[in-house]
Amino acid sequence: MTSPRTLALTCSAFALAAGMAQADSPALMFDMGGKFDKSFNEAAYNGAERWKESTGGSYREIEISAEAQRVQFVRRLAEAGSNPIVVLGFANEPTLNEVAPEYPDTTFVLIDAVVDLPNVRSVIFAEEEGSYLVGMIAAMTTQTDTVSFVGGMEIPLITAFACGYAQGVKAVNPDINVIVNYTGSTPAAWNDPVRGSEIASGQFSQGSDVVFAAAGSTGLGVLQAAEDAGVFSIGVDSNQNHLHPGSVLTSMLKLVDQAVYDAFTEGPGMETGVVQMDLASGGVGYAVDEHNEHLISDEMMAAVEEAKAAIIAGDLAVHDYRTDSTCPAF
Amino acid sequence: MDIATIVQVIDSTLRLATPLLFACLAGLISERAGVFDIGLEGKMLIAAFTAAAIAYVSANVWIGVGAAVLASMVLSLVHGVASITFRGNQLIAGVAINFLAAGITVVIAQNWFQLGGRTPSLTGDARMARLQLPFADAVRDVPVLGPVYSGILSGHGLLVYVAFLCVPLTWYMLFRTRLGLRMRAVGENPAAVDTAGISVVGLRYIGVAIGGVLCGLAGAYLATGLSAGFVQEMTAGRGFIALAAMIFAKWRPWHAMGAVLLFGFLEAVANRFQNIEILGVGVPVQAMQALPYVLTVVILAGFVGKAIPPRAVGTPYVKEH
Repeated sequence: MTSPRTLALTCSAFALAAGMAQADSPALMFDMGGKFDKSFNEAAYNGAERWKESTGGSYREIEISAEAQRVQFVRRLAEAGSNPIVVLGFANEPTLNEVAPEYPDTTFVLIDAVVDLPNVRSVIFAEEEGSYLVGMIAAMTTQTDTVSFVGGMEIPLITAFACGYAQGVKAVNPDINVIVNYTGSTPAAWNDPVRGSEIASGQFSQGSDVVFAAAGSTGLGVLQAAEDAGVFSIGVDSNQNHLHPGSVLTSMLKLVDQAVYDAFTEGPGMETGVVQMDLASGGVGYAVDEHNEHLISDEMMAAVEEAKAAIIAGDLAVHDYRTDSTCPAF
Repeated sequence: MDIATIVQVIDSTLRLATPLLFACLAGLISERAGVFDIGLEGKMLIAAFTAAAIAYVSANVWIGVGAAVLASMVLSLVHGVASITFRGNQLIAGVAINFLAAGITVVIAQNWFQLGGRTPSLTGDARMARLQLPFADAVRDVPVLGPVYSGILSGHGLLVYVAFLCVPLTWYMLFRTRLGLRMRAVGENPAAVDTAGISVVGLRYIGVAIGGVLCGLAGAYLATGLSAGFVQEMTAGRGFIALAAMIFAKWRPWHAMGAVLLFGFLEAVANRFQNIEILGVGVPVQAMQALPYVLTVVILAGFVGKAIPPRAVGTPYVKEH
């Protein structure tokens, strides 16, 4: 017979164990645009899910729907004992500068920006290198010698995409005209497919026949507009080739999933500091799969692979707009 | 600037003005009948969601449009019950509708499609087809007529033409029919209408219901014509721009069309030109994108003549005993 006392003890032991499990579990905070944006946030989600499948662990996740929630939600995750806490998006740089010092025993991971604190790992991607490669593919595909770019918010991060893309295009043929447009200057720019498709249509009327979208959910409108107009588009962050097979030429991959997976796997004891994800480490790249392999010829592939090897070897330097706010290709 | 650019900008203007025009006429009719309609945004949003969801499930855009109109009318009915029957504050009821729509669309979408508050992308018959007007291809190369007819007028979804057709219809209904006369009277002096033995409540419900239908079409076009699916908050303030256009137009249908075309044009220009040089001075894109809102403030501050609303708008009618 179980005495009430044993029962109580067992219960509290269970509660303690549950609490411990909760405390050790990692957490992930998505950026504006939503978990299933088929792009940046979804890549992170896939990384977390991959970790969950391979380890059987569980993690906490939270989606923000307003700017004001950033600090509040990160603090809530830290209070709940989650460790490490992965925070997505450049806009969280001030968030972690504020919250991370308050929880010195918690490890934070920031994706897309750098915060110089002992308990923060900053993961940054060499977007310009991946964009350079898809720029080359665009330049080798265009029939009209005009290609274009639709960015989300006009910020250095997105301009780095545009700059790398333009450099890749000009490397193939310096006479190709690159049209660069942005959706807006507020976070709403990540979530306006109507405006994305209107901007893309405007670019098509200016002669563009390949458009590269780096604009979160807004990019879905751009890809749709490209298919409607019968021209090519290039996806971003996640592999978006399957969204409009035959119209999406390729996708510039940014392995946010890998960054999240690594952080979750290494756990609270991970090495902090800046982690650079570039071509050499396989952190960025371009996607070729069954949906687009017929669009990319062997010669194109060879040229791109050659440039990729040169970048990895250090023989070819792609300029990063963020270092000096200028772009040689504009 | 060449002809092709101008054609493209005007073409884009018509598309972008369409949801504004529907919403503007909806607000106009409702307010002419004496009921403030701050809830245009919310009704458009729920219609956009319903149109995308039902069009996706049924693979037929017109079933989606019908469902959108119904959904929007349900919210109109809520607005009517709260502000006409129970004489609640019309502005508060409208604001409540906006909040309700913003929340409920995302919750239902998430639960239904598991895509983070969006509907799947629409393809094929679930999207609004772009109509080619007769002879559009034949006259494409004719100077003047070609660009205007084939480039600008042809090639839009059916609802674009319906929207512009609604302008004369609204004008005729308000100013040339008995119903319109009574409706305007209800907005100016409901007591007089009541004295004549006509139902004030009934007329106001008709006004709000017509507004519901038009908002439904606005949202449906936004989700199935302008884009291919619903994403959260996709109306992005268009309901409020429509409200501003209505005040700008001083509650007159033809002027409303002019006002929404102006707002649509500004948006099209901001999309097309990221940096404009005017007289040698570069205007940054942010300034262009802010222009509709700046214009709204200027209009509301009363710089464009006095905008006098229907006299009884906002006051619930209480029968004298």
